[in-house]
Amino acid sequence: MTNPEEHWDLEIKPANTLLDLKLKDVWQYRDLLFLFVRRDFVSFYKQTILGPLWFFVQPIITILVYNLIFSSLAGIKTDDVPAPLFYLAGTIIWNYFADCLIKTSTVFKDNAAMLGKVYFPRLIMPLSIVCSNLIRFGVQFILFIVLLLYYVLAGYHISPNAGLLLLPFLILMIAALGLGFGMIISAVTTKYRDLSFVVSFGVPLLMYTTTVIYPLSEVVKKYSSYSWVIKYNPLTAIIETCRYAFLGKGSFTWDLLLYSAVFTVIILFTGIVIFNKVEKTFVDTV
Amino acid sequence: MAKAIKAEGISKAYQLGDFGTGTVSRDLERYWARLRGKEDPFLKIGETNDRTLKGESDIVWSLKDINFEIEQGDAVGIIGRNGAGKSTLLKILSRVTAPTTGSVKVKGRIASLLEVGTGFHPELSGRENIYLNGAILGMRKAEIKRKFDEIVTFAGVERYIDTPVKRYSSGMYVRLAFAVAAHLESEILVIDEVLAVGDAEFQKKCLGKMNDVSKGEGRTVLFVSHNLGSIRQLCSSAMLLSNGNLLTSGPVEDTLSQYLKSSITNGSLDNYKYQGTMVNNVKFVEFSINNVIDKEAVFSPSETLTIRVKYNCITYLPKFRVSINFYKDSILISTIHDKSWPAELKEGEYSATFSIVGNFLRPGNYTIGLGGHDGDPISEGKDWLYLDEVYSFTITNEWSELNDFSGRGLVNIPKII
Repeated sequence: MTNPEEHWDLEIKPANTLLDLKLKDVWQYRDLLFLFVRRDFVSFYKQTILGPLWFFVQPIITILVYNLIFSSLAGIKTDDVPAPLFYLAGTIIWNYFADCLIKTSTVFKDNAAMLGKVYFPRLIMPLSIVCSNLIRFGVQFILFIVLLLYYVLAGYHISPNAGLLLLPFLILMIAALGLGFGMIISAVTTKYRDLSFVVSFGVPLLMYTTTVIYPLSEVVKKYSSYSWVIKYNPLTAIIETCRYAFLGKGSFTWDLLLYSAVFTVIILFTGIVIFNKVEKTFVDTV
Repeated sequence: MAKAIKAEGISKAYQLGDFGTGTVSRDLERYWARLRGKEDPFLKIGETNDRTLKGESDIVWSLKDINFEIEQGDAVGIIGRNGAGKSTLLKILSRVTAPTTGSVKVKGRIASLLEVGTGFHPELSGRENIYLNGAILGMRKAEIKRKFDEIVTFAGVERYIDTPVKRYSSGMYVRLAFAVAAHLESEILVIDEVLAVGDAEFQKKCLGKMNDVSKGEGRTVLFVSHNLGSIRQLCSSAMLLSNGNLLTSGPVEDTLSQYLKSSITNGSLDNYKYQGTMVNNVKFVEFSINNVIDKEAVFSPSETLTIRVKYNCITYLPKFRVSINFYKDSILISTIHDKSWPAELKEGEYSATFSIVGNFLRPGNYTIGLGGHDGDPISEGKDWLYLDEVYSFTITNEWSELNDFSGRGLVNIPKII
């Protein structure tokens, strides 16, 4: 094949091979990824007076309500950790996961107009969602640190430990879980949208099977025969490990964390493969 | 010359109708067939895409076995009636969707403009949108930065560059969007009718820019338009699509004349299904302007247009007159009649003549609806027949004192000098 005419840069074919993820293309378009993230961030607080401060409002109000209902009213124990701190740790992690999942699961539907008119690696869209939400997560994380310092200064005994080294890894796992589940749902709902109804009411309910408003230790104590449901929720290990790392309280075991990690990798991989399969023709059916 | 694009047997099937409970079983059947490595059972019975005919199958072939090659630096127009498959072809070339079978090989970077302002975010400023839109179209940030001033100047929106684009007038919005696209540096540019936007001045600027792109910079351009004038101006060759098939491709003049001949719009009126209560009384036979029946209907703005309608009366009508509707870009300009008052019509052959003074219609594409009724200037009447789009013609871009380039709108209003 020395004939220069036979060299082609691109071949447009009916279907992708299963594992052709086009990561090179994604890298080519990294500026677009950055600009999408910037767009999401900037357009979030355009024409508001408080601006980015709004990122703080949602978690603050959430933990106030949780504190009132679950701690004061229902009296659910929080592993001897101050309740607001306990809830905030769970909430920001859960929010990051849920936001990634929900936004990614509707990515084709929400962006059909744009994706129907121009090509760029479709993977950019879900990746930008994960990155945008990471910024939000980062901002809320600062809130958590501020609250933590407040309690330390107020004299509560909190013992951060070497578990903190796992933090980047934990964040990556949350993102990958949200992304993976989201991509699976987005791919499955391009033609038949039934599953999107399940997502809209299922995800908020799913929160109650995660240790956001109660510690794993309480579940094991009270409902030991059913606690496996909570334990095998891959987010449980992540949240418990986080709490353990920062607050020194919580049920942290390597087994459970390893289980979560394996689960995450499988979900992410499945998500990318399915997403990759539908991205070429979803425009025709979405 | 080196090839830039080579398409080999591309086809695209679409499923008509709604997706729901009823389509699941078929999807499963298709999936099962593919799992066993068999041919998709529903694609076999796919039909050609003629939207006017009621089909048996709800799978249609929007494109069927298209083969072509395009050389580097060519400007190729793609023409065909609505539903011929032009947009599907562009979508496949720009990788928005994949072909059902076949493949396209491409040399160089391909950028597509199926719409201006894709991905513009209304809340963001013009500056931010230039970067975002540029990146969506495939430009790197450094590239946009380098061309930023050029883009802003081309769009002519310096003053508004830091204002959110939702406050832009629709014209400014479109200018900015086109300006970004016009500064793409891809080797191949795929464009879908985006020129149907903006005012005359901006349209001319866009055409000029596209001319530079294809002729000056030697890049390959694929261009879909219904405006035969701009196809002729821009392109050196053209492809004619009809019902998903590639009818001809070749030099632009040959293809255009083939299109105008093949298009069922002009010419004999035998095949038309008129609507109304008079369809069994009157039959239109022929429609012509300046004796042009079935050839390219292209006129200079200064020409006087003489319209002749031949029709037969099959059964006697007490009152009848012929009416013609003039549309430009789907806007009804006017309805005119052959007589002021309807008159008795006995069985036989008739013809009606209308004249339109020169320099009245402004350049552009016109379509004509033809019919007749028993209404008169003061009452509506009750019997009628009518059909849209029996004829179309183009008034060329020729500017003169009486047909001013900077004037806008549908018609020139005659002035008394």
